[in-house]
Amino acid sequence: MLRVEEKQEVNFSADLLNKFGDIVGRYPDGKQKSALLPILHEVQAVYGWVSPEAMDKVAEFLDIQAIEVYEVATFYTMFFLRPQGKFVLEICRTGPCNIVGAEKIADYIGEKLGVKEGEVTADGLFSYRGVECLAACGYAPVLQIGPEYTFHENLTKESVDQLIEDLKRKN
Amino acid sequence: MGRKLLLEHINVPGINTLKVYREKGGYKAVEKAIKTMSTDDVVEEVKKSGLRGRGGAGFPTGMKWSFLAKPEGVARYLVCNADESEPGTFKDRYLMTHIPHALIEGMIVASYALGANTSYIYVRGEMMPQIRILEKAIEEAKAAGFLGQNILGSGYDLELYVQPGGGAYICGEETALLESLEGKRGNPRIKPPFPAIAGLYGCPTVVNNVESIAAVVPIINDGGEEYAKIGIGRSTGTKLISASGNINKPGVYEIELGVTVEDFIYSDEYCGGIANGKKLKAVVAGGSSVPILPANLILNTVNGEKRLMSYESLSDGGFETGSMLGSGGFIAYDEDQCIVRNTWNFARFYHHESCGQCSPCREGTGWMEKVLHRLEYGHGKMSDMDLLVDVAKKIEGNTICPLGDAAAWPVASAIRHFRDEFDWHVSNPQLAVEQNYGLAHYADPLPVLAEV
Repeated sequence: MLRVEEKQEVNFSADLLNKFGDIVGRYPDGKQKSALLPILHEVQAVYGWVSPEAMDKVAEFLDIQAIEVYEVATFYTMFFLRPQGKFVLEICRTGPCNIVGAEKIADYIGEKLGVKEGEVTADGLFSYRGVECLAACGYAPVLQIGPEYTFHENLTKESVDQLIEDLKRKN
Repeated sequence: MGRKLLLEHINVPGINTLKVYREKGGYKAVEKAIKTMSTDDVVEEVKKSGLRGRGGAGFPTGMKWSFLAKPEGVARYLVCNADESEPGTFKDRYLMTHIPHALIEGMIVASYALGANTSYIYVRGEMMPQIRILEKAIEEAKAAGFLGQNILGSGYDLELYVQPGGGAYICGEETALLESLEGKRGNPRIKPPFPAIAGLYGCPTVVNNVESIAAVVPIINDGGEEYAKIGIGRSTGTKLISASGNINKPGVYEIELGVTVEDFIYSDEYCGGIANGKKLKAVVAGGSSVPILPANLILNTVNGEKRLMSYESLSDGGFETGSMLGSGGFIAYDEDQCIVRNTWNFARFYHHESCGQCSPCREGTGWMEKVLHRLEYGHGKMSDMDLLVDVAKKIEGNTICPLGDAAAWPVASAIRHFRDEFDWHVSNPQLAVEQNYGLAHYADPLPVLAEV
């Protein structure tokens, strides 16, 4: 799974390293590995995905083996192991969302963007994927967009059109 | 109107801020506990309240606290489980979004009771907005002297941190959560030792759900006995129910345990009936992991008694004719929903979320997903239903953690109660792809509510 073609030059900024340091401060001495998930989120927020190079640098920072970072990054589905669109639309596809039309919304998004699940649009702006329950079943169907994971609820085709327009303009 | 203990002030503008929260009586429980009660007193009140874990298992919270080992010179931890991912459940998100200080206040009281000086709130990673909200609330509480060194001059110190998860349902299982908090894959641990003996970093640890911890606040304010007066039997207090699916008013409702299921579904105070004038076909009462029940069995027990929203009543009839309160994720299905498709959807979820540690779960969930997929898409065989039941049986009870059971129960119960719909998918493969079985006969006629 870790065979990624894209090479990435990774140099964490002083700001980012400061953030890492603050995060490590939350745990007892010697338990800095606890900072791994929060740090990977910070890395992904900056780079858009978590590259092997970034993982190696994180391992170095936390003074743990690189494999300890790989096994975590590959286990948790929120971490992208290859580059994504600038906006990743993650649509809930589980139970309650499904019975009120999530599948149709997901299909519509694919149609509208002209890509398959997991692919990136030619302009590099969008990709989408189905995800499991986002704990927002009362406002179904829902989707989220990282890195701040803003929620978009009670989706309709019209609101999806609007959302995609807004994101394009925001860019 | 039922009493509201957690959501009473949810609609007050600014209740997410410390200022307004305090104007509404917030942080009185911290003052009362730390200034006037011993740690044992607090545990005793929670025991008296009869509060049961609100994450799904329903284990008495006070009892869980009293099991915590207290060896000299070893740190103890309280970890809040905010990894809310059970399909159908979204109450913790609601609470943390709108009234974050209720959780922070509960965390302070509970940490004090347990003698923890560092506590963590493990929030699922997707809830980044809620993480920001909690971090801000913690900052406010700290500035007001409710957190940090020497809280309210008592000499008690507490630091509280928020930890994001990474999008893994399994981390809602408490030992997987602890593994994740230690920066590892979320593989559940073999118990014993239980976290109360060896939890986070090998130290004694209590893991409690968001709602359980928030409920400690009214318990300390009003006393455990007052709390226990609400509810019915061993189901004391109020419970947040996340209502979703084909109902008129989806959302989070705080109920006094013991309201009838019928009232909950059809009264305007709660779900407001089934949407679009349809009939109720089935209900998953406590999150996707609990057995699904057809309309007639969810409204009334097999003995013809009205079923209540309580731990005991919902499980009345065992797995043959009952279900569970679970996490309170209440999903209603109308007559147009396909049970086979829904069961396949859940099976896919469990397959996706299995951590892969135990072979019965890792392989079994995949088998169930594949078999259900072929049934739904018209390639099923009549022997598939027995095959599914067989696989479910071989997963159940044979795994380290309850995810295996949680994956097996929805499949086994769907076949138990809706077998003819599964059979129909096999005997009408083409139709099964094109249309829904739509069995209205599962649904009782809309009940007429008694005049109030």
